[in-house]
Amino acid sequence: MPEALRRIGLVLAAPALAFVFALVVASLVLQISGSNSIDTYRTMLENGSRLETMVDMLNRATPLYIAGIAAAIGFRMNLFNIGIEGQYFLGAYAAAIVGAEVSLPGPLHVALICATAIGVSAAYAGIAAVLKVYRGVNEVVATIMLNFIAIGGIIAATFPHVIDRSGNNATNAGTKQIDESGWIPDLNGVVEIFTRDIGRGRQLTGVLVIAVLVGVLFSVWINRTRLGYDLRASGMNPLAARAGGVPPARMVLFAMIASGAVAGLIGMPEILSDNHSYDQGFVGGLGFGGLGVALLGRNSAGGIAFAAILFGFLDSSSAVLQVSGQASQSIVVIMQATILLAAVVAYEVVNRYRQRDEIQRAAMAAEVSA
Amino acid sequence: MAPAIELVGITKRFPGVVANDDVNLTVEAGEIHAICGENGAGKSTLMKILYGMQPADEGTMRVGGTEVSFSSPTDAIDAGIGMVHQHFMLADQLSVLENVILGAEPVLAGGRIDRRAARAHLEEVGAAYGLAVDPDELIEDLEIGARQRVEIIKVLYRGASILILDEPTAVLVPQEVEELFRNLRELKAAGSTIIFIDHKLQEVLEIADRITVIRRGRTVATVDAGSVTAQDLAELMVGSELPSPESGDTAATDEVLLSVDDLVVLDEDEREVVKNVSFEVFRGEVLGVAGIEGNGQSELIDAIIGTVSPQQGSVDLAGSDVTRASVRARREAGLGYVPEDRHEEGLLLDAPLWENAALGHQTEVPFARGAWIDRAGSRQRTEEIRADFDVRSPNVEVSARALSGGNQQKLIIGREMAAEPRVLVAAHPTRGIDVGAQADVWNQIRAARGEGLATLLFSADLEELIGLSDRIVVMFHGRLVATLDPAEIDARVLGSYMTGAALEGGADDA
Amino acid sequence: MTAVSDPQPSPTLIERYQGLHASLRWMLVALIGLFVVVVVQSISGTELLTAPTTTQTTLRWSIPLLLAGLGGLYSERAGIVNIGLEGMMILGTWCGAWGAIQWGPWGGLLAGMIGGALGGLLHAIATIHFGVDQIVSGVAINVLGPGLTRYLSERVFVGMEGGSQTQSPGVDGLGNITVPFLAGGRIGGWRSPDILGWFDKQDWFFISDLAGVVKGPMINVAYFTLIALGLAVGSAWLLWQTRLGLRLRSAGENPYAGESLGVNIYKYKYIGVVVSGALAGLAGAFIVMELTGIYRGGQTQGRGFIALAALIFGNYRVIGIVIGATLFAYPLGISFADFDGSATRALLLVIALAMGVVATAAIRRERRVDASIAGGIGLIVFVWYLLSDSAPDWLPNTMPYAFVLLVLIFNVQKLRTPKFDGIPYRRGDH
Repeated sequence: MPEALRRIGLVLAAPALAFVFALVVASLVLQISGSNSIDTYRTMLENGSRLETMVDMLNRATPLYIAGIAAAIGFRMNLFNIGIEGQYFLGAYAAAIVGAEVSLPGPLHVALICATAIGVSAAYAGIAAVLKVYRGVNEVVATIMLNFIAIGGIIAATFPHVIDRSGNNATNAGTKQIDESGWIPDLNGVVEIFTRDIGRGRQLTGVLVIAVLVGVLFSVWINRTRLGYDLRASGMNPLAARAGGVPPARMVLFAMIASGAVAGLIGMPEILSDNHSYDQGFVGGLGFGGLGVALLGRNSAGGIAFAAILFGFLDSSSAVLQVSGQASQSIVVIMQATILLAAVVAYEVVNRYRQRDEIQRAAMAAEVSA
Repeated sequence: MAPAIELVGITKRFPGVVANDDVNLTVEAGEIHAICGENGAGKSTLMKILYGMQPADEGTMRVGGTEVSFSSPTDAIDAGIGMVHQHFMLADQLSVLENVILGAEPVLAGGRIDRRAARAHLEEVGAAYGLAVDPDELIEDLEIGARQRVEIIKVLYRGASILILDEPTAVLVPQEVEELFRNLRELKAAGSTIIFIDHKLQEVLEIADRITVIRRGRTVATVDAGSVTAQDLAELMVGSELPSPESGDTAATDEVLLSVDDLVVLDEDEREVVKNVSFEVFRGEVLGVAGIEGNGQSELIDAIIGTVSPQQGSVDLAGSDVTRASVRARREAGLGYVPEDRHEEGLLLDAPLWENAALGHQTEVPFARGAWIDRAGSRQRTEEIRADFDVRSPNVEVSARALSGGNQQKLIIGREMAAEPRVLVAAHPTRGIDVGAQADVWNQIRAARGEGLATLLFSADLEELIGLSDRIVVMFHGRLVATLDPAEIDARVLGSYMTGAALEGGADDA
Repeated sequence: MTAVSDPQPSPTLIERYQGLHASLRWMLVALIGLFVVVVVQSISGTELLTAPTTTQTTLRWSIPLLLAGLGGLYSERAGIVNIGLEGMMILGTWCGAWGAIQWGPWGGLLAGMIGGALGGLLHAIATIHFGVDQIVSGVAINVLGPGLTRYLSERVFVGMEGGSQTQSPGVDGLGNITVPFLAGGRIGGWRSPDILGWFDKQDWFFISDLAGVVKGPMINVAYFTLIALGLAVGSAWLLWQTRLGLRLRSAGENPYAGESLGVNIYKYKYIGVVVSGALAGLAGAFIVMELTGIYRGGQTQGRGFIALAALIFGNYRVIGIVIGATLFAYPLGISFADFDGSATRALLLVIALAMGVVATAAIRRERRVDASIAGGIGLIVFVWYLLSDSAPDWLPNTMPYAFVLLVLIFNVQKLRTPKFDGIPYRRGDH
């Protein structure tokens, strides 16, 4: 078998295995619940091929993707930044407040909002990093505690003081609305060049551009720069990295803060293109979602993109399924969890096979040249 | 009387290598039988098969005349075989008693451990064979010699009549080796059969009744200890002259490249583990550091490399003070490092070879250009290392994990040397690699020395130390207690410095 | 040449203290701590810090932490890191509710255990058999837990009375008991004298408070609680006195040692992780049956992670976990009856004082950075205390998490993590 084909096969084997397994499990669950799995899948696919659904899919995938990159930065260093949830909440919260207080020319205003989110989020992540480096506090426990403190403490404490009482917010109490100069335009115009008009008021968030940028920067940075090398080496073997000149404490700090910084952008779709304020309906759960897609995408920019789009598709389908009465919404959640679990197992299995195979081939080559 | 152990036609294959090839071995009851061979000859694999830790691919095994087939160590233990491993299989944070009874615990009703019976039996065994240990002490608080005694008791506790000892003297100094041999003779007098794996010929000749020589996985010969000399054994083991390191002409100059002055290093409990150590390494010189593991060598290395900050004292690299400098700064100033454990500190096992070659040098040309990694440059340099240092691999893209131990070590040495360091710190550079690679490494160090490299060599292999070093210093309890000339060295004298017996008054200042 | 050695100075108070047996030391610390709390109480004019209701509630709320912490103990002692305790607890909440509805309280207890154990089995298979990274697997289980239970709720509870997508019908606990004589419990039909209650009502400084603190856990103690405490004692015995315990611990300390002696390491790792899940599931069942009386999504609120903190704080020993669980549950226990927020505010003063003690200890050990941080936090908290009349309503909820964080930050003991904890093991690797 030609070498290139073999390599591609190995890379795809694991996700393919995982997906098939998840499909089997989901079908079983569907059948037990009395739904017809084939029909359900057909509905999902049909729905998915509609332009409006694709827009919805990408809209959901965008914050998920950013969360995945944030998680991946940590994962590459063997750091588990479970605190992404609290970090992006704080970041968006602060950005919404600051953004509503000023009015600057368009791009500047947007930049300010993003910068605030990134700064606050990174600083909060920095707390956990400092605790780990200087006090040896386990970062998993620390970040979870900080999550609760951020959402249940900091935000809960200050929210009553920043609510906009001018009656602008119809349903949910929230911060002041940001001026239009702080809005990011949608990409409908760009898309409609290639396709028909997007109906039903669906807007493709402009933050998608930011997300793609973040992904590209991450990929280039981690694979091609010295700092990226240091980070990956530290994650693979911290002792060897240290002996190789990589400062361990600085790496941990850097990785956590960088992860937190990217996490700050997770809330941007909502603040910049959707809602333009922080309110009680702010979307949560993206922290864990990010961890999931990062694992699924094996911490690479491209893989995470696929994973985020897949999960975005599944999320988007869940509404349709509910409406059509074919299956319950939660089937999607089960699918996602199963895919994740199956994927990490499959990756390990394929990895072991690949290692064994590599050792064998290297040994044979060594014997030949002996 | 049937022989205690009979191995006939044992064969075991691993990917890319035949570890044991039609091995035949007969051990008589009540004798001390040595198995001799160089690193990588297949001794350990053979013993693992004998002890049930690995199944043989072909061949038969007989214990006391009866054919057996072991599927796990439990079977071997039941057959009366006990193994004392080279790397102790002890749980540090558990007590001696817990380690000894693990897997053979005496129980009362309900699964509760009968501590009284366990303790009694342990003391019985200790008394019968003259091995003294405190059952309640934690393993981590014991010295190496004591830990080995625990390993032996572990085996005797289970009523082993056949003992396998895998390179037991690797971690002992001459005096402790004598103590061990005393114990073994006592065991033999009590009726035990002992299989003794070793590659130090003098020791083998001293203790064994008969010797079997293994080379490249095959049995070469079985001889009586009384009728051979070390030379004979050496020839059998290697098939030709043992490649012992010869000193050659010294290339040492009087330019100091590494200077350590009054260095004090503390451990994590704030105790001094390196006490006022001072020495200099000159250009073109190899300074060997002898000493039992655990006498401060690791901490001294850490302070020189920069992973630990000393409490007091200074480290000078080619004239500039690097005492508080970062590891990276020291690397960039010309410090090379070959770590003691290549897997733990030397390699990124799942990264390709070219990324491993960059480790430690990723801020310099040809591995980096500014803030970017120069992939082409890295690959090029790795190819050069592969060629110059004979690293056997299909290409430079394979993971480091895929290489054999010897090739991994050659890669590490190669990457350090290729960066043209001014000072090289090498810790046990030929540990656990095959003879051929070992000889290659020695040659590389000698060649570099000729070109002006200053090397600080830490090793437990006395032959390596004596053969490569221009001067030897001895570390004991964190201090440098002697400076010796390798040309006039005596193993006993060296050993007594290493154990502190040579110190006036013998006061223990731990 | 040698100087004449000085006569031995008489042992200082600190040295005498250090010479005492460990359990005596803990009791002494507890008594001193209690004294401080009592003083704070009188200053701030609240009675809640040592009221029987507080200790009673603290005990109750510590049980999920205790059970999950014990679960963590079994797993980590066997060498497998288990951060999926939260997910397993969530499974336990759902299964506990469902089991209780179907078969009554005992059914709930068993079902909760089995649900958690299944989660543990999943974690075990992924990490032991397939070698998946232990933290990754734990994260996956934490994602699976809420998703699965939401789906199951939809399927099962929606049709039931009082049930919906996100909650179940109400469930009952196992019942309570009040200790006779000491706390005035019933024996048969007769109401026994309430000795401790009598002391408590006398209002004698410190003695009454002590009586109140001791009485609290004896009133209306749930049988479930007693079971949990029994499990704690039983676990200590199992892990340190039995053959199974030794082998399990050896799997976490050096699996290759056991392997070379014929111990089936895989088996004991599986036992450790599955039991770990079972206990976490039991913790979930406890929450549903004894604390809230109903299953709702999102009930665990990070308690699986607080339990991990208790495990670390307890230095991987049962007694430490018990103390840690009690300590971390205390803020919750106070907030329960604290309607005017005064007790939570008083707790601020306790924390400020504690930070003061930590700062002083740090100064004595010449750790200036520690001292200034502790001192700084203590000062801020103290000022907050002075400036406020009562605690804002978001504080009681956030207090436990901040508490845990503070404890972990200033916890200076030498950790004795099992040596091979978290390191992947494969038979024959050595």
